[in-house]
Amino acid sequence: MKNTFSIGGIHPHDNKISRDCAITPLATPPTVYISVAQHIGAPAQPLVKPGDKVKVGQPVAEPGGFVSAFIHSSVSGTVKSVGPRADLAGKMSTTIEITVEGDEWMEGIDTTDTLVTDIPEDNKATLEKIRLGGVVGLGGATFPTHVKLSPPPGSKCEMLIINGCECEPYLTSDFRTLLEKGEQVVIGAAIIKQVLGGVPCTIAIEENKPEAIDHINEVIAKLRKISPKYDGISVMTMKMRYPQGGEKQLIDAVMHRQVASGGLPISVGAVVQNVATALAVYDAVQKNKPIIDNSVTVTGGCFPKQANLLVRVGTPLSYIIDSLGGMPSDAVKVISGGPMMGKAISNLDAATLKGTSSLLFLTAEETMRKPESNCIRCGKCADACPMGLEPFLLNKLSRINDVEALEDNAAQDCIECGCCLYSCPANIPLLDIIRMGKAEVMKAIKSRQIKK
Amino acid sequence: MSNLTVSPSPHIHSKDSTRSLMTDVVIALVPAVICSVVFLGLRELLVLAVSVASCLLLEWAVTRFMMKKPSTIGDMSAVVTGILLALNVPYTLPLWIVAIGAAVAIGVAKMTFGGLGQNVFNPAIAGRVFLLVSYPSQMTHWEAPQGLFGADAITGPTPLGAIKEGLLQGSSVKDIMTEHGYNYGQMLFANIGGSAGEICAIALLAGFVYLLVRRVIKPWITLSIFATVALTSLIFWGINPDRFTDPCFNLLTGGLILGACFMATDYVTSPMSTKGGIIFGVGIGFLTVMIRYFGSYPEGVSFAILIMNSVVPLLNRWFKQKKFGRA
Repeated sequence: MKNTFSIGGIHPHDNKISRDCAITPLATPPTVYISVAQHIGAPAQPLVKPGDKVKVGQPVAEPGGFVSAFIHSSVSGTVKSVGPRADLAGKMSTTIEITVEGDEWMEGIDTTDTLVTDIPEDNKATLEKIRLGGVVGLGGATFPTHVKLSPPPGSKCEMLIINGCECEPYLTSDFRTLLEKGEQVVIGAAIIKQVLGGVPCTIAIEENKPEAIDHINEVIAKLRKISPKYDGISVMTMKMRYPQGGEKQLIDAVMHRQVASGGLPISVGAVVQNVATALAVYDAVQKNKPIIDNSVTVTGGCFPKQANLLVRVGTPLSYIIDSLGGMPSDAVKVISGGPMMGKAISNLDAATLKGTSSLLFLTAEETMRKPESNCIRCGKCADACPMGLEPFLLNKLSRINDVEALEDNAAQDCIECGCCLYSCPANIPLLDIIRMGKAEVMKAIKSRQIKK
Repeated sequence: MSNLTVSPSPHIHSKDSTRSLMTDVVIALVPAVICSVVFLGLRELLVLAVSVASCLLLEWAVTRFMMKKPSTIGDMSAVVTGILLALNVPYTLPLWIVAIGAAVAIGVAKMTFGGLGQNVFNPAIAGRVFLLVSYPSQMTHWEAPQGLFGADAITGPTPLGAIKEGLLQGSSVKDIMTEHGYNYGQMLFANIGGSAGEICAIALLAGFVYLLVRRVIKPWITLSIFATVALTSLIFWGINPDRFTDPCFNLLTGGLILGACFMATDYVTSPMSTKGGIIFGVGIGFLTVMIRYFGSYPEGVSFAILIMNSVVPLLNRWFKQKKFGRA
C-alpha cells in the first residue's frame, strides 16, 4: 500500500514540463512594487516614506498585529511612493514602490553559499529570527510561520511534516528547490524540528519526483554524520494524487489521523511546513537573510520558454513575461499558482508576492468551460471530494441558499480544491456555486460566535 | 495587450463528459449486440434499429417542440436506452410494439421528469415492463430463430418460463432441466431461449468489464446483486431442490446479467454512495429471487429494479459516505 490520503482525490495529468529547468536568477527589474499585504492576517504597516534610501533586506513594513509579518525591501534604491496599487486580481492594496539603484545589501546578511549546519539551541532566538525574517508559509496560504511554530498552550506537537508533494499539475519550483537546495531544506527542517521540541520529521514527496526522493535521502545520510540533530528526519514516498499537498489530506496520508472539522493540525499533533518555507527558515536563521526573493515556475503548454526563476519580491509580472519572450499569442488565461487552485490574473502590471509560486499560461482549449448540462447523478463529484462531501447536493442547496441544510451537510468543510468541478461530466460549475453557499455558512457561524 | 480570461479555479477539466460516458456504455453493449444478431438473425437488427431510432426521434421531438430547448440527443443516453430496450424484448416482437415501448421509455419514464438525470425509473426497464403487462402474449412468444452463419439458438420457452410451467404441472426442477436439455456451459456462452440480452452471458460480462476498466461504473451494485441472488437461491435450493432452482441457474438466466451489469448500474436511478449501492443491489437480488420463486411471472429482474429505483432517494439520504474528520 502506497502512502496517500483516505478519501476521494483525482489524478490529473501532472504536466511537469518545466521539471528540467534549473532555478536561475532573474535580473532585478528597474522598479519593484512591494505590497504590505503578502500574508494571511493583518497587513503590515509601512516603515518608509517616499525619498527614503533602502538596502536589500531592510525592513520596509512591520507586523500590523499578532498574525502578521515583516516585509523587507527586495532591492536597494529609493522609495518612490507608498500608496494603493492594484494586485494580481485588481484589488487595491498599500504598495511600496522602489526605484532600483545598484544592489547593496544590509550588513549582517550572509550572502555566501557556505552551508551552515549547526542547529541553534536557543528556540526563542530562532523564533525571533524567523519572525524578523518575514517568513510565511510558501505553500499557498502564506500564514506567518513564527505563529504556526508557537503552538497554543496545552497542545503538543508530535510530528513535523515537510510538504514536498507539489501535487498541483505544472508546478516544479518545489521540486527544483529539493534538487538544488536539498541541504538547505533539510537544515531548515531540522531547525523547525528543534523549535518544536525535537519531534520526528517526515519529508513527504510524491513518487513522480524520484530524483528528489533519492537526493534528499542522500542529503539526510550526509548530514546525520555531522550532527545527531539530523536524526529522526526521513523521506516518505507518496502516491501521486491530488490534493495530497492539502494540509489535512497530507496529515491523513502521513499520520493516518484526521483533523476534525474546524480543527487545527496541531489538534492531532501535526505541524506542516512547505519545502520553500523550510528553505526560507534556513535563510532567515542561518544566514540572517529575510524573504526577498522566491522561485517561480513559468510554464504552460503554449509557453515557448519554460523556466524556474529566482525572482525578487515585487517584480512586475509583465517584466518576467517579457524577459522570457512575451505573452504567447494563444494564451487566454494567466494563472498565479497551479491550475487546480491558482488564481486567474487580470492585471499583468501587478507584482509578485512572497507566495507567488508560478505563472501558468493556458490556451482556450485547455481552460475554457464547456456549457453546463443536466446532472446525471453519476456521483463522480462525491467520489472525488477529498473531504467526503456531496458536491451535487451542496450545489443544489447553494442555489436555493438553504444555509441551515448547507451547514448540516458540512459545506464549511469544503477546502475548495476543485476536484468536484474537475470531474463533473455535465460541466456543472459545482465549486463556483458551493463557494457562495460556503460563504453564507461561514457568515452564519461567525454571527453565532459573536452573539456568544 | 490581449484580453485575459478570468474565472474561479479550477482552470482545467477532466476529459469525461456525459457524451463520452454514454458512448462508453454503447461500446460496452456492442459484444452483446453482435452476439444477438449472430444468433437471432437480421430480424434482431431491425428491432435494434427501430428501438434506437424511435428513442432518438422522440427525445428530439420532446425537447424541440414541448420543452422548447436545444436537443439533448447528442448526449447519447437515448441510444443506450434504445439498445437496452431492444435487448429486453423477443426478436419477433412486432415493430410497432417496439416503437410503443420506446415511446414509453423516453416519453413517459424519461422526458416527463425533465430528461436525463431527472427520471426516477430506468427508462428501458419502464418501457419493457409496460410492454410486458400490455402485450403479454407477444412479449412471451419465443420462436426458433434463423441465426446468421448457421448459428442456431434454442427453440422454445425461456428456461425460467419452462421451469415455472413445469412446476405448475407437478414436475421437479431436475426433470424439467433434463427434459429441455439445459446445461450451464451453454447458458454461459450463448444460445439459450430468450430475448437478445439473455442469450450470451459472456458478451454481457465482457461489456461490464470494459465499463469497470474505463471507470464508468463501480462494481459494487452488480456484485451485490450476484451475491444476493446466489445466496438467497442457495438457501431455498438447499431446503428443497425439487421445488427451487439452484444458484447457477438463477445467475445465468432471465436477463439477470443484463439487468445487473447495465440497468441497475444506471447512474440516474441508482444510489450515489457505495454503501447505498450495496443495499440497492441486495434489494434487487432478493426481490428477483422472490418473484421468480413465488410470483406469477417467471422473471423478476425488471420488477425488482423498478421497485428498488423508487427507494433510491431514501437510500441517498440514509447512506452517505463518511465525511473527513467527522464521526
